[in-house]
Amino acid sequence: MNLIPAREIATQETPRKLRITVLRHNPSEPDITPYLQTFEVEEGEGTTLFIALNEIREQQDASLQFDFVCRAGVCGSCAMIINGKPALACRTLTRDLPDHVQLAPLPGFELIGDLSVNTGKWMRHMAERVQTWLHRAEETISLDALEERQDPDLAEKIYELERCIECGCCVAACGTAQMRPDFVGAVGLLQLARFKLDPRDTREDADYYQVIGDESGVFGCMTLLGCEDVCPKELPLAQQIAYMRRQMALIK
Amino acid sequence: MVAPISRWPARLDVIQGVTGLLLVLFMWAHMGFVSSILLGKDAMYFVARMFEGEPIFGKPYPFLVSIVAAVVFILFAVHALLALRKFPSSFSQYRALSQHLGWFRHPDTLLWVLQVITGFALFFLASVHLYQMAFHPSDIGPYASSDRVWTGRMWPLYLVMLFAVELHGGIGFYRLLLKWGVFLGDNPKRNRRRLQKIKWGITIFFIVLGLTTLGAYMKIGIEHADRAGERYVPAAKLGGE
Repeated sequence: MNLIPAREIATQETPRKLRITVLRHNPSEPDITPYLQTFEVEEGEGTTLFIALNEIREQQDASLQFDFVCRAGVCGSCAMIINGKPALACRTLTRDLPDHVQLAPLPGFELIGDLSVNTGKWMRHMAERVQTWLHRAEETISLDALEERQDPDLAEKIYELERCIECGCCVAACGTAQMRPDFVGAVGLLQLARFKLDPRDTREDADYYQVIGDESGVFGCMTLLGCEDVCPKELPLAQQIAYMRRQMALIK
Repeated sequence: MVAPISRWPARLDVIQGVTGLLLVLFMWAHMGFVSSILLGKDAMYFVARMFEGEPIFGKPYPFLVSIVAAVVFILFAVHALLALRKFPSSFSQYRALSQHLGWFRHPDTLLWVLQVITGFALFFLASVHLYQMAFHPSDIGPYASSDRVWTGRMWPLYLVMLFAVELHGGIGFYRLLLKWGVFLGDNPKRNRRRLQKIKWGITIFFIVLGLTTLGAYMKIGIEHADRAGERYVPAAKLGGE
């Protein structure tokens, strides 16, 4: 699930020197063209890329921009391109990487600076467009009444899809989303699949079709499977998109 | 609630998949029938006459082949028209795709690119072949086909088309199953790997079969070049005459 695999850490006599190359660009300084800068960091036991980047910022270059909050693969802030693959810096152990690591910001999102991108803006726009929140027909909820019971198996299934952290890796890895910026992405389709599963959401298939029943929605997906292959939470994205496609295609 | 948006995007997606599925199944069966030449000229002669309805009507009617070619052409045209929606269509889209492929070496994305390229090639290759089948339906037989391949200089087209069709169809079949979530069961990742292996197995089988078959027609065509145009008379009929 969500644990860094516990593996015996080999004791190294001389720690490895990592060369970390970062694609640097600050949009607020448009006169400076984007450039690559390489830093050298000594690898310790259990060093993650997040630790290495912090070390660089603290000891070598305070101007290096990158995002992090939780350092445990929960907040989704530190997603970036690591040697040609979108991944979370905090969940990437440097011992799994070669001596030379190349880092770039996630494409498809507004660049804040260096490795920091505004995924929040993209996610909010997507969420508002396809309405990724619980819709109930009743206006008021009685706070005195007992909560509706839910089958534990169903609750488990909903929770499984709820694990999405909106890190943006699936959008960066999606050729369709890169070519067509209005495409909802795996994240949007997964979140709608989650609400469709939930009996507390009273939306019908026609309501979902309304927001994803076109080529910027589920029918735009070309099953390139980049999302499925890079999701740091290993969510069943292809399966959920296929589920939404079947539901939307069969609608009368 | 606001008025529902059109149901057509859903229909188009289904039609693209169904036409693709029918075409790939046709192509696999087609290769099976064409390769009958490997069992001998009589076997291929029998298959050719069978599709002209001889076993049912007592004599061959080549226009039945024209009808099949026309139906396949309609499926092909509908499929191509719908698939065009997925092609990158502007400079900015090509640039985005090229940048994406530049940093992201992802096998399934590359398979899709291969499908776009082979699909584009098939616009031309398959059109030539289908036109020929529709308007020269009686030119199918052990000698007629071999003469077309060699003396008619069609082998380069068939050689390129073999790879284009088998790669395009094999990848399409695999993606169609994943697209609709069929055969993924309770372990989608493992089953996807299995599907990939099956897909490559089928593709390699048909490419090898196709190359062998094309080689067989070329060999007959070379041997028959000085008598090109002459039709094959099966051993059974020769014996009866």
